[in-house]
Amino acid sequence: MIDVKNLTKYYGRTLAVDDISFHVSAGSVVGFLGPNGAGKSTTLRIITCFIPATRGGVSVDGLDVFKESIKVRDRIGYMPENVPLYPEMRVREYLMFRSALRGLPRQKRSAAVDRVCEQCWLSRPEDLTRRRLDQLSRGYRQRVGLADILLHQPPVLVLDEPTIGLDPAQVREMRNLIRQLGQNHTVILSSHILAEVEQVCSELVIIAGGRLVAHGGLAELRQRVTGPSRLVAEVKGAEPAEIAKAVAALPGVSDVKHSQVGNWTRLNVASQDAEDQRSALAACIAQKGWQLRELRRQVASLEDYFIQITYQQSMQRGMLQDKEAADE
Amino acid sequence: MSKILTLARRELAAYFFSPMAYVIAAMFLGGVGLLFLWGLKIPFLRIDYEPLFRNGAEATLRPLFDVLAYGLAIVCPLLTMRSVAEEFRAGTIETLMTAPITDAQVILGKFLGAMGLYLVLLASTLAYFALIVIYGSPDYGVAVMGYLGMVLLGAVFIAVGIFSSTLTRHQLVAGLVGIAILGFFTMGVYLLVMLLPETAEIINRLNMIRYFGDFSKGVFDTQGLIFFVSVTAFFLFLSTKVLESRRWR
Repeated sequence: MIDVKNLTKYYGRTLAVDDISFHVSAGSVVGFLGPNGAGKSTTLRIITCFIPATRGGVSVDGLDVFKESIKVRDRIGYMPENVPLYPEMRVREYLMFRSALRGLPRQKRSAAVDRVCEQCWLSRPEDLTRRRLDQLSRGYRQRVGLADILLHQPPVLVLDEPTIGLDPAQVREMRNLIRQLGQNHTVILSSHILAEVEQVCSELVIIAGGRLVAHGGLAELRQRVTGPSRLVAEVKGAEPAEIAKAVAALPGVSDVKHSQVGNWTRLNVASQDAEDQRSALAACIAQKGWQLRELRRQVASLEDYFIQITYQQSMQRGMLQDKEAADE
Repeated sequence: MSKILTLARRELAAYFFSPMAYVIAAMFLGGVGLLFLWGLKIPFLRIDYEPLFRNGAEATLRPLFDVLAYGLAIVCPLLTMRSVAEEFRAGTIETLMTAPITDAQVILGKFLGAMGLYLVLLASTLAYFALIVIYGSPDYGVAVMGYLGMVLLGAVFIAVGIFSSTLTRHQLVAGLVGIAILGFFTMGVYLLVMLLPETAEIINRLNMIRYFGDFSKGVFDTQGLIFFVSVTAFFLFLSTKVLESRRWR
């Protein structure tokens, strides 16, 4: 549905997006994840035809965003970050205006506005359609923004930070709504919160520092980033060195570290592959007649991975700034 | 086309929601009324403008239009300064330009919206013309040409105002730039001719007031018509290009 190829964007001399390529298939809900300033908004703005790319390109539904911009815009509903609205207009008036801009036939506009108001809880339980846009709270503005992009029932929805600035109840509402929309639309949403993306999306694109770091299904990515697991065990019954030696002899174990916790020996076992070796370890200890009081498997989470990426980006940026400062 | 009208309608409605339009309308109407009934005398600046509405005066709005032409060079940029600048400041340009509309449609919509307001203001001077019809016997041909001139002049001024509004996100800057550009075409040209008499041949062709003068005299001047229409089109074209290029950076 959406094909991003070698996308590069410079703002003046600043590189914002650096050679990003990925593909979004129809019907998927993709989370666009990255720390602040990673190039998420820039990429989304290029996909939605707001700004052109410096190099590379994007095609939506087989249409090039640059050459067939108007056709692409017909197929996309884009909600920018912070949802800019005209302050002096009223909700219904604004949606009627937007439906006219999107080229809906005159006689269908009213029905379309009613539909999206219902869908985004703007007409019930409380009727907000006659409120002025500048008098709406953050959550309601967000709903108006969402209602706007559903007017022309586009196959693709692009949401830039749809839950930012909402209170927890509103965040949950918004997520439910997005999940619902994901059943009939291809959705790309950006976020810098992993937990959110994990709840709503089936696919993940992680970018940092303008580069693509990872792309894939949620489960697949989780497995890829976890890699070799670690076991933690606390054992008693023999000298620490002896215990460590016995454990190290188990097949698949690559490294054993030990430390003392009271009179228990705490083992930290690294294995070569992702295989779970808890039962092998427990069997080994039982066979020796030692006591075991804890055994658990530590898996590096996506969260850890994401934090690591974020950290790396800020480090790189810090180094870059240091370098620039030194150059000057 | 219908999208342009949709944009124009929103634009016009937005004018009526902003206090600025009312302030400018008050300035315009107050100024016209003042000139019409009392005239304007500032000996210090050697301004001696007889009231139009007096015994023995010529039954025409022409002197009023001649003064208004200068006033509009200030009023029009003030009117249009927010049109595009505000879209950039508020970020609404992003929702606007990701809807299936072209930059040219946006500019034309803004232009027509502002023209709508201008025509409403201009139409209000018809009340004064009605008084002249009642108390005198005006030359209708001159009046029609005068109004045509005012419409053409307004179109150019508004196109320049919209153009300056595309240059910046700051309304005030847009307004001042617009006034400066129009200041050149209305007054700067006289100054230039005075300073560099040898350029008069060329500079006089840029003098908007001179073209307008023909219309207000009641002369239908195709040269003026072509000048006004093409300069309007030129500035609208420039606005479109600036709007496009601002997203390229």
